[in-house]
Amino acid sequence: MLLLYTSNLFTHWIHSKLLSTFGNVGAFAGELLIVGISIILLVVVMAIIMIYMERKIAAFMQLRLGPMRVGFWGSMQAFADVVKLLLKECLTPDKADKFLFGFAPFLVLVVSFLALAPISYAPGFQLWNPNIGILYITAVSSIGVIGILMAGWSSNNKYSLLGAMRSGAQIVSYELSAGLSILAIIVMCGTLSTQEIIQSQANGWWIFKGHIPAIIAFFIFAIASTAELNRAPFDLAEAEQELTAGFHTEYSGMQFAMFFLSEYTNMFIVSMIGTTVFLGGWMPLHIGGLDSFNHVMDYIPHLVWFFGKVFVSIFVIIWFRWTFPRMRIDQLLKLEWKYLLPISLVNLVLAAFISIMGWHF
Amino acid sequence: MEIEDKILQTDSKSEEFVINVGPQHPSTHGVLHLQIKLDGEQIKNIEPNLGYIHRGIEKMCESMGYKQFIFLTSRMDYLSAHMNNQACSLIVEKGLQIEIPERAKVIRILMCELTRLASHQLWWGCTGLDMGAVSPFFYAFREREMILEIFEETCGTRLTMNYITPGGVMADLHPDFVRKVKEVVNQFKININEYYQLLTGNKIFQSRTKGVGRLSKEDAISFACTGPIARASGVTCDVRKRHPYDGYEKLDFQEIIATEGDCFARYLVRIEEMKQSMHIIEQLIDNIPEGNYREKIKGVIKLPAGEYCQRVETARGEFGVYIVSDGTSKPYRVKFRTPNFSNLGVLKPTATGSKIGDLVAIMATLDLIIPDIDR
Repeated sequence: MLLLYTSNLFTHWIHSKLLSTFGNVGAFAGELLIVGISIILLVVVMAIIMIYMERKIAAFMQLRLGPMRVGFWGSMQAFADVVKLLLKECLTPDKADKFLFGFAPFLVLVVSFLALAPISYAPGFQLWNPNIGILYITAVSSIGVIGILMAGWSSNNKYSLLGAMRSGAQIVSYELSAGLSILAIIVMCGTLSTQEIIQSQANGWWIFKGHIPAIIAFFIFAIASTAELNRAPFDLAEAEQELTAGFHTEYSGMQFAMFFLSEYTNMFIVSMIGTTVFLGGWMPLHIGGLDSFNHVMDYIPHLVWFFGKVFVSIFVIIWFRWTFPRMRIDQLLKLEWKYLLPISLVNLVLAAFISIMGWHF
Repeated sequence: MEIEDKILQTDSKSEEFVINVGPQHPSTHGVLHLQIKLDGEQIKNIEPNLGYIHRGIEKMCESMGYKQFIFLTSRMDYLSAHMNNQACSLIVEKGLQIEIPERAKVIRILMCELTRLASHQLWWGCTGLDMGAVSPFFYAFREREMILEIFEETCGTRLTMNYITPGGVMADLHPDFVRKVKEVVNQFKININEYYQLLTGNKIFQSRTKGVGRLSKEDAISFACTGPIARASGVTCDVRKRHPYDGYEKLDFQEIIATEGDCFARYLVRIEEMKQSMHIIEQLIDNIPEGNYREKIKGVIKLPAGEYCQRVETARGEFGVYIVSDGTSKPYRVKFRTPNFSNLGVLKPTATGSKIGDLVAIMATLDLIIPDIDR
């Protein structure tokens, strides 16, 4: 495989510079600071891009133009919204549980940030490479539901409570299918580390070389992760026509912005997991037999490949949202427990069988 | 009945609790207040609480002349303004025993069918919106806008038109009227496929509406339901067929009947009604007779003493006007029988026992207009 673009050199250069200037402890602290700031910047920039993207795509699907006034084609609209949210007062309802009410948005946001750590964006461009990367992400991302339950409970609002309960039932159920569908690929590639999963796809993405189990797993993952995100057609937790705004009905200002940011960060993370596990991560697209085509593809930077795939996945999630009606809570749970979970269990066995027989490419 | 009995109370010892949907809530389309007793997601009891937009229109009508009170009726069911005006005009014409020109009759039918179309399109968009599909709303408004432009050109206003008056219509048709109506007809035939793709054929939408909010034929009759809601339960009640007025008897159209009585049946009945309205418009648009658009009548109308009543089919059902005249220039008593008031009654039998999500679907397919309920 061709490693044209690697950020190892850059990171090593920064590391040696810091080490020579500040010593061991100072370099460690400085690196933590750099990593922290860059991850926050990444999330915020990505969220702003995604919000703009969502608004424009939604508008074009609905025969509108979307935001057009602030900046060129409304490109500054998201910044204007952020400023508006910053300036707004954070209201706490009477008789709300003050501590939990204030803590819930932080918890939800922190969990979103935690899940970003083991993602491999490009060769050598990764915060942390544990050997249980995918397991870590699935474990950490399920803490988010506690934040949502907290928000719903502490708001002292019946709509919020209903929304939070729905969200709890939904996320706990769909976590299973999402985990099992990833497991089908893990069984075939034999590693939990995100980097190694991507490297195992050098000769083809898992969705192409994993036969039928990989395709089934991909579809189940797409459905289950959309449900975990609380987005349409599974946006029951904040179903605005039924529960006004669900668990974040009572939140305003920056506290609401945190929920909003974490929702978009989760969307980003889910797309990145999907890209890593099924769509080859930062691996370029190769078609067997077309050598010149493959060669051209290699010259596109890995970061472009990775974020290109991520944004295609995000587009699909946005597409779901603006074209489907919402499901009902019992239908949602029926879909998971009666269809998706049995299918993904059988699929896991099938994947294990294919893996043992060595039938995948 | 005491008011205390009507207001549901939360019992702190049971698992059930009461939530208030409305008067400001995204899915009630107006200031309707519903008190819902819930057990988890399941609706145990539901109690509509009315009166938030009561304006006393019936009483106000009694202090106005026969030409004036018609303008108030546009403000009741604002999506069927033409039909409401038509009912009041017909009753005055009946009292004065005058025959209006053919041209006026044809214009009235054209306008009413366009109104029905626009109203059903708005309903279609809102149904999608209530079920969480936001995009259909904008598609519906695209077509509705074309119809509203026609109204704007001919009537001068877009929503409360006040165009149909005793003796005919207020003004002659705009020169562009025929061309624009034909455009609407052609566009609609293309767009009805989009309706199918966005909602009718959607599996999630079907699972949300099929078998939900079932209304039996007996209930539909005993709650005095009319319009698409009753017809979806198998009750024939189209006033245009059963008691024709203004020349509906000469036209070829069908009364759409379904037997399932669930939300999906109500949905399909309305979609088919849109096609029938199109069919009626197509029959008339090339044969608008020449002549006067209004019969000259006196400035101050005095109906002979007696009782008069007239009913018309609005987009939501049967709209009835009942007037008691004492021979003076103002009606002694005016009573409106509005379709939405009766249709709201079936909310309790249809929604009890279903989920909150179903309530939204039922509310959407009942297609309630709150100012019409409160008057």
